[in-house]
Order: sequence, then C-alpha cells, then structure tokens
Amino acid sequence: MSDDRHPLFKPLVFVGGLIFGFGLGFSHMARPEVVLNFLQFDDLGLPFVMFGAAIVSGIAFALLPRLRDAAPLTGDPYERRLKPFDRNVLVGGAVFGVGWGLSGICPGAAYASLGVGNVAILWALAGMFVGAYAQGYWRSRSGARDGAAAGAD
Amino acid sequence: MVADPLLLQAVVDLFPNGIGRYAVGGLFVGLGTVLIYAGTGIPAGASTFLESTLSYVSDRSRFQRYVASRDWRLVFTAGIVLGGLAFAATFQSGLVTSSLYEPGTTGQLYEVAGVTLWATDVQPWRLFFGGILVGIGTRIGKGCTSGHGVCGVGSASRTSLIGVATFLTVAIGTAQVVAALGVSP
Repeated sequence: MSDDRHPLFKPLVFVGGLIFGFGLGFSHMARPEVVLNFLQFDDLGLPFVMFGAAIVSGIAFALLPRLRDAAPLTGDPYERRLKPFDRNVLVGGAVFGVGWGLSGICPGAAYASLGVGNVAILWALAGMFVGAYAQGYWRSRSGARDGAAAGAD
Repeated sequence: MVADPLLLQAVVDLFPNGIGRYAVGGLFVGLGTVLIYAGTGIPAGASTFLESTLSYVSDRSRFQRYVASRDWRLVFTAGIVLGGLAFAATFQSGLVTSSLYEPGTTGQLYEVAGVTLWATDVQPWRLFFGGILVGIGTRIGKGCTSGHGVCGVGSASRTSLIGVATFLTVAIGTAQVVAALGVSP
C-alpha cells in the first residue's frame, strides 16, 4: 500500500472504471429519472442492474480465492467485502435512502452521469462532497473525543 | 408454451423499457468490479472517493485515513466518467444499436461535436439536497449502491444485505412521498 505499487495498478483500475461507467450509462442508472421511475414502481428494471452486477462479482469473489493465493498487482489476498454490522449501517442507510429517493442518484451513477453529458449532476456531486465533509468534520471531532474509533469505510 | 395474455401484459407494463439494457448494464458494472478485484484484490466501491478526495484539502483524521487510496480512487472515478462518455459516444449517439438497448424518452438530448449528450429534467434543488444526504448517509452507513449493493451483496455480507434492504426501502418510501406531494420531475 505505497508508491511502489505495480506499474499496471492504476491503468487496470482505470480500465475497470471505464467498463463500470459504461455499464452505468448503458443501464440508464446515470439518469435520475430512470432510478426515480423504479422507486415509484413505473419501471422495475433497476434490480437487474444491481443484482446482476452483484451476481457477476459474487462469482469472482467465490472463485478467485480458490484459483490464486494473492492478487497479481498488489500481492494482497483475495477477501470478500465483509464489514462489521452496527447501528450506523441502519442510520446511514436510512439517510442515504432519503437522499437517493429525493434525487434519484447515487455516487457511482453521478460520476457516470457527468460523462453522459448531464452537467446539472454537478449539483448532486457538490451536495455529496458537502455531506461527506459534514459527517467527516463531525466524526473527526467526536472520534478525537472518544479516542480511536473502530474503522468504518 | 401458451402464456396468459393478461399476465404477459402485466409483466410488459412493469418493464416498459424491457430488461435488456438493465441486465447488460449490470453485467458491465459487474465486469468492471471483477477486473479491479482480480488484479488488485480490492472490492471497489464508488462513495469512498468522496472522503478520500477531501483528504487532499482537509487535514481531518476522518479523511486522512484514506490518503493511501486517494490516488487510485481518483483514477477509478475518472474511468467511470469517461466510461459514461464512451456510452454517450456510441449507444446514446445512435452510432451503435442493439436489440438489447432501449433508448427511452427521459430527459433532454443535445449534441456537442457530433456526440449526443443527455441532460436531466430533475430539478437542481432535488439533486443538491438529495446529494447532501447521499454524502452523509453513504459514509456513515459504510457503503453505497456499489460498495454494499454490488461488492457487499456479491460477498453475501449480512451487513451489506441489511444496508441494501434499508436504503432501498427508505428510498422507495421517499420517492413515493415526493411524487405524491406533486413534485415532478
């Protein structure tokens, strides 16, 4: 986890991002209207995107640890994305849900939305940075007060 | 192989744009995630970028913990933006067509240098205030639709399944209330 990373590390992340963003454009998740149409039950396509992607990822997360001991570009072991459960998952999930239901946009889709030409999404991106800063400001303060808090990303 | 026409019509009504673009788009989102995971072992989510990028301008401990990953997260996000542009230059512009891609009728199309771009009709105040809550919620809740929804669910993580159930339920309730209040688009 330092500067001596493999020279192909960033190019690979970039190409992965390209494919990821293309998928968000193709699926119309980069269009807030389409997400809102799902949430209002006018077009139930969205779960095919999220769970379709989760199935593809799930296959890789299950198979890769059996095929190799470590990732070629980092030497890191293949691990699943498991995070500890606590009240924050519910509180944060609910706050995110209100924001997603109001705007029809989530972080990854917002980046892709900029790419498809939706300049107005800068409003949402500005809001996301304001929100991320506000919670970080508050948690850095309470974290300093309570001592080292358990990691949560 | 005779389907009830009424049932068939009900299914068609639920998917006015078919499922092709959603399933194929989801496949690409999954493949992008898998490529990064296969090469690096990292199950990448999109929302950590918000905090890791703030570490360039803020010394707060909450952001500084992401210094090690901020550079590649910037690269990942740049890739996502340009991936969206690649979609705009191909399918959105009509340069490439497929029976699996339904163009739809949302928003406004406009052209710049031969590329068909797209703009939302959703009002800026919804995007901005919704964005603030997305920024707060995804970071407190440990993930977003890609971190929890794709990588976490793909990992069969109980935390992520609960997270997804929470934000999906609340988002549906919110969107229904906002629509019932007459806010559109």
